[in-house]
Amino acid sequence: MDKSYGHPIDILDVEAVNRKDKRSFFKKREPIYPKRVNGTFRWIKWAVMAITLGIYYILPWVRWDRGEGAPNQAVLVDFANSRFYFFFIELWPQEVYYITGLLILAAIGLFLVTALAGRVWCGYTCPQTVWTDLFVWVERAVEGNRNERIRLDKQPWSLSKASKKIFKHIIWLIIAIATGGAWIFYFADAPVLAQQLFNLEAPFTAYVFIGIFAFTTYSLGGLMREQVCIYMCPWPRIQSAMIDDESLAVTYRFDRGEPRAAHKKGASWDGRGDCIDCKQCVAACPMGIDIRDGLQLECIQCALCIDACDDVMAKVDRPLGLIGYDNDLAIQYRQEGKTMPFRPVRLRTVAYSIILAVVGSIMLYGLITRPLVGLNVLKDRNPTYVALSDGGVRNGYEVKILNKLREEKQYFISIEGLPGTTLSAVSLPISGQGEVMVNVPGDDLRAIKVFVTLPAEHRPSGQTPIVFKVSDIKGEITATKESVFSGGRQ
Amino acid sequence: MANNREVDSFSGVETTGHEWDGIKELNNPLPRWWLYILYASIIWSVGYWIAMPAWPMVSSYTQGMLGWSQRSNVMAEVEAIKKSREPIKAKLLQASLEEIEATPDLFTFALASGEAAFGDNCAPCHGSGAQGAVGYPNLNDDEWLWGGALSDIEYTITHGIRNENFDSRYSEMPAFLQVGTVDRKELSDLTDYVLLISDQEPSSEAAAARGQGLYVTHCESCHAADGTGDREQGAPSLVDQIWLYGSDRESIQSTIANARNSTMPQWGERLDPSTIKALAVYVHALGGGE
Ligand code: SF4
Ligand code: SF4
Repeated sequence: MDKSYGHPIDILDVEAVNRKDKRSFFKKREPIYPKRVNGTFRWIKWAVMAITLGIYYILPWVRWDRGEGAPNQAVLVDFANSRFYFFFIELWPQEVYYITGLLILAAIGLFLVTALAGRVWCGYTCPQTVWTDLFVWVERAVEGNRNERIRLDKQPWSLSKASKKIFKHIIWLIIAIATGGAWIFYFADAPVLAQQLFNLEAPFTAYVFIGIFAFTTYSLGGLMREQVCIYMCPWPRIQSAMIDDESLAVTYRFDRGEPRAAHKKGASWDGRGDCIDCKQCVAACPMGIDIRDGLQLECIQCALCIDACDDVMAKVDRPLGLIGYDNDLAIQYRQEGKTMPFRPVRLRTVAYSIILAVVGSIMLYGLITRPLVGLNVLKDRNPTYVALSDGGVRNGYEVKILNKLREEKQYFISIEGLPGTTLSAVSLPISGQGEVMVNVPGDDLRAIKVFVTLPAEHRPSGQTPIVFKVSDIKGEITATKESVFSGGRQ
Repeated sequence: MANNREVDSFSGVETTGHEWDGIKELNNPLPRWWLYILYASIIWSVGYWIAMPAWPMVSSYTQGMLGWSQRSNVMAEVEAIKKSREPIKAKLLQASLEEIEATPDLFTFALASGEAAFGDNCAPCHGSGAQGAVGYPNLNDDEWLWGGALSDIEYTITHGIRNENFDSRYSEMPAFLQVGTVDRKELSDLTDYVLLISDQEPSSEAAAARGQGLYVTHCESCHAADGTGDREQGAPSLVDQIWLYGSDRESIQSTIANARNSTMPQWGERLDPSTIKALAVYVHALGGGE
């Protein structure tokens, strides 16, 4: 029976999986068959999917010339040599705090966009969303659109049904393996590792991690889908603290839609709402919910219901945007005959922006002014001092110089704070100015034993603070470190 | 319980029969994925018991089919490390002591293994930081009884001092008072002279002057006319500020009277040549080496 009353629209028989009156604490999962939609937001989602997956799969293959002896992979987590490379940035283990900074930036950035436009992260860029979308796309390509999938699942098992299902799972598995496979390229030289993988010569851990990521991608993106967002992810619970009355959210404009009812083609729209209760929005929803019930925890704000409904509105010749980015406060204003301007600049968005700017500038400053040479000085404590035959005294120090430059560099070690000292170091030359001269290979650390000697007439009693200084030949790259000199005699 | 089954009217789910303050527990099944993980864990653990050491028995434990054990792992790792060090050890053996100091990676290796060998073999006498003690020389300072060059140090370690080895460094300070070479009065004068040349206060100028004659007769041949000692004989300098047995009057007098002839073992028969080389480099690098 055609229920579309003359409109070219399917009136669907679909129910929200989370309907209030049938909501219970324990419930078997209801299958969801998201219907294909076309429209602005669907296109944005395709684009975001292409970009994010593109970045994910291609990034490890981007090359970046760092010169001799350094990996030429743009993004590389090099565990073996304890380095993290990101294009022109190179982080040493001592600098992992930059990662902390990045996480802070990511968190605040997430707060900011959430305050502005709700769960846009969930709806467009979350890996769970992106991969689920990809898996659903595959499912649709193999098994057909919503109605065909429902029909297929109801059918008894047959060869054609089995082959479709098997085919779908095979493609899913290929995607899952490719996902896990791409991940490991971030941790080793991609072309080399790829060759090893195919020759079955790659390290065992590489296969293990491909396995782990293939498994999680397949089960979370292919099998569990919306269950992850609803039951496993903490973010829906946190988001309520991030949004306020003025945040934009995918909203059913009930002021325009109600009272909803079926509509006969040509009939008047007076005295009724624009919603023709076709349930296209419910059928399109990958979370299986009904946006017309209001803002809900399950809604990932993917805006596919907007596309679905706009399609319907165009066909019944009503203005688009029955479902759109809006909020309940604005609807309330409109009902009172007022307009509420969208205010992106609010206390909380300003606060988030300021934090973002501050943390970002601190990191940038740190990155730009980061010393190119690291210096550490450890004073010998066993013995703390050595009395010499002429009555002088000597202290030993372990001086560690970290050369963050790519090329070998000559450094000059001197000390300040004690007149009359002589520096010496085993098997290292001393400059005319009495500095220890040492070559440190590029991208390396060298520990040097340095002796500081004071003649008898300058010998101090007890401890005297001194400062070690390291500089290059031009005096441009310098570092200092405080230490003490023990005179020994009281 | 079986006969009073109760079905919750709202959800249509059977209850467990448990009730708390009017709230009844529904007998819903666990989520299936949860259950499957539980089963998988059980299967895994059974496999694990079979494969790995697991159950304690009366005097031992079940060994597991894979033959895994922590001890054999450690042994294997120790073997692997020994093996990985072989090439650099071979290089160490080939290189001269000077070459070792001039080659950063050999030097680093020599320092590390020298330090370890020092801790095991030398620290009981010379102290863990080679700082020495009364009767045991401080190896950090710049006074060397038998020479502080790399080769001198290596020789001393290999052959030792005043032991039964034919090649060991050997010399003997006479016990002047004991053998009657000097009497007690002369001993005192001699001590005053030594105090004088080592920049300390003698009991009197006259005593020191008397001691000088005795010094020329008895001591000069080893400790040199100016008191700077003689390394050929391991005779210490008497004019510097380092005293192996103490610089006070009492100690010096006792040394002249009874002599001090301490010994050092010959490590050449206990340690392999590469370890001795590493030790020599380490000791030399302590800062006092020449
Ligand atoms: S209700 Fe709309 S925006 Fe929310 S998840 Fe469903 S389709 Fe996406
Ligand atoms: S909101 Fe739009 S898509 Fe949803 S039932 Fe109403 S008319 Fe149909």
